[in-house]
Amino acid sequence: MPDTAPDMLAVEDLARYFDVSRPWLQRVLVREPRRTLRAVDGISFAVPRGTTLSLVGESGCGKSTVARLVVGLYRPTEGRVLFDGLDLDQARATAEQRRRMQMIFQDPYASLNPRWRVRDIIAEPLRAFGLVQGRADQQARVAELLNQVGLSPLDGEKFPHEFSGGQRQRISIARALSSNPEFLVCDEPTSALDVSVQAQILNLMKELQRRLGLTYLFISHNLAVVRQVSDRIGVMYLGRLVELAPAETLFTAPRHPYTRALMEAIPDLEMSGRQRIPVGGEVPSPISPPPGCPFHPRCPLANDRCRIEPPALIPARGTPQTVTACHAVEEGRDHPGEAIPGLAPAAA
Amino acid sequence: MNSPTRRGTLVALHDISFSIAPGEVLGVVGESGAGKSMTGAAIIGLLEPPGRIAGGEIRLNGRRIDNLPYEQMRRIRGREIGAIFQDPLTTLNPLHTVGDQLIETMQTHMDLSAREARARAVGWLEMVGIPAAAQRVQSYPHEFSGGMRQRVVIALALCAEPKLIVADEPTTALDVSIQAQVIALLKRLAREKGTSMMLITHDMGVIAETADRVAVMYAGRIAEIGPVREVVKHPRHPYSVGLMASIPPLDRRVEQLAQIEGSMPRLSAIPPGCPFNPRCPRVFDRCLVERPELLEAGGTRAACWLYDEARPAPGMHEAADA
Repeated sequence: MPDTAPDMLAVEDLARYFDVSRPWLQRVLVREPRRTLRAVDGISFAVPRGTTLSLVGESGCGKSTVARLVVGLYRPTEGRVLFDGLDLDQARATAEQRRRMQMIFQDPYASLNPRWRVRDIIAEPLRAFGLVQGRADQQARVAELLNQVGLSPLDGEKFPHEFSGGQRQRISIARALSSNPEFLVCDEPTSALDVSVQAQILNLMKELQRRLGLTYLFISHNLAVVRQVSDRIGVMYLGRLVELAPAETLFTAPRHPYTRALMEAIPDLEMSGRQRIPVGGEVPSPISPPPGCPFHPRCPLANDRCRIEPPALIPARGTPQTVTACHAVEEGRDHPGEAIPGLAPAAA
Repeated sequence: MNSPTRRGTLVALHDISFSIAPGEVLGVVGESGAGKSMTGAAIIGLLEPPGRIAGGEIRLNGRRIDNLPYEQMRRIRGREIGAIFQDPLTTLNPLHTVGDQLIETMQTHMDLSAREARARAVGWLEMVGIPAAAQRVQSYPHEFSGGMRQRVVIALALCAEPKLIVADEPTTALDVSIQAQVIALLKRLAREKGTSMMLITHDMGVIAETADRVAVMYAGRIAEIGPVREVVKHPRHPYSVGLMASIPPLDRRVEQLAQIEGSMPRLSAIPPGCPFNPRCPRVFDRCLVERPELLEAGGTRAACWLYDEARPAPGMHEAADA
């Protein structure tokens, strides 16, 4: 990867707030202030060309909002998105520019028009971007795309309902690839699929990346899936990035207490019989996030500073390729590699 | 328990036979459409019409329950068999407080005074880890978060002290950190109360952590059944082998995940012979015509002709340890 080329995607201090206040009259009657949901609250990251960055986190952490901001489905409240060095407004100004970025959605049942034949679904971007001349050309390109995702060109004649979930996701991928994009945003692409089919789709995505040099922003809640596909991983909690690290580093040396708790919580197949220590408590509401570090009410390492001062994302002591937003890590109170002493007692 | 089921002309479940010992957790895994949930529904007596049990029987503590009249079955449900479903919001009645729902369940099935029932309701909420249970007993379901609601559902399923719990994807709708709490809770309560449990899920990790034995289902049949350690670590049936290998590992990165080609057949188009034969890497001629029964496979039982000692499969000797 040449050092001079700008990152495929860069996000700077990105924030998106939603106004979830009640209607004006109701608000005035009960004297309630406006309420803002901070879905994404000041996050920054970059995705170099040809690599995969994954964002993981539990529901409501803002990872899907980031995906939508990146493709321009939402406008940022603050901060900016740079695509190939250009601000998103310029980067999406012309059809030729928009063609370079595509998205794959979670639900392959909802994202394909049930009344269209598969060949028309895949050909729509080809026509919209004027990438083919004439019917024969279009047919050939659709057949090629279907082959590329492991379907038969004959499948183009069928309707979406004739396919299983995994096959539909292949169709979504073929449609996304039809405009020769360089960058794909994948929002939970395998979450609706069974595990043996998930393996097929993940393998396909990795193979396409190798062959076509694609760049992925991959959104998932499944850490095991993320480990298989990512070069770098960002962990989100309540709209913020709490840790960003190379994939292997994140798994071998997780630093942020939330990341460590998350890894601890996943049931695995090892059956070591070890007693899991689940994280106590629940994710607070993003409408009234706790002051200071958003994780402090659940964090066993929290002290007074954590309750007041929001931590900044800085290189972690000991593993400088990791950046993490944690006072405990900064101050060296986190005992990396050991079980966190008294990782918040579970309610159970 | 023994419940071969047929649904209209579609055979949704075929020759499912298994038993659960007192205090045992039987995991049931499989992909969507494999018939896991339908097996659970058949046991609770809640098969949706026109679905019906076309053959076989279900016995609870030796007593046959699949042919009971509705009213008798209703009494067994809740009292002797508790149910936990995936979505806690649809399980709970939004118009009643969680306390009233617990009290109603207990008073329906047990001889309790109102005061006693209320005290027990608070006790159950405490037991499932709901903070400030004495106040929360008066809350409505919408006032709880997803994880807390699922705890209420667990309390509701357990409060009449049933002997068997059918839990259908109890943690699927929850986040990982909450999921771990709920699994720990279910496990602890089942052990403390000596309750048997049928845990239906597609998440092999949950099964590995919770179950004693596991049944792997495929296309309405049991492909393999055995102790959880055997099935997870040394699966015998080629489908179980593929299923285990396709789970992305958390502890390392693999360049190419093992995948099972193709997808599960629709119920209306199950191939003759072994239903897995079109996708099976070790298929041979007998699989295309004869449907395998569960056979001893050394540690587990697998519905696969590779394990028929009377008629060994071609090339079985060198593959036996693979």
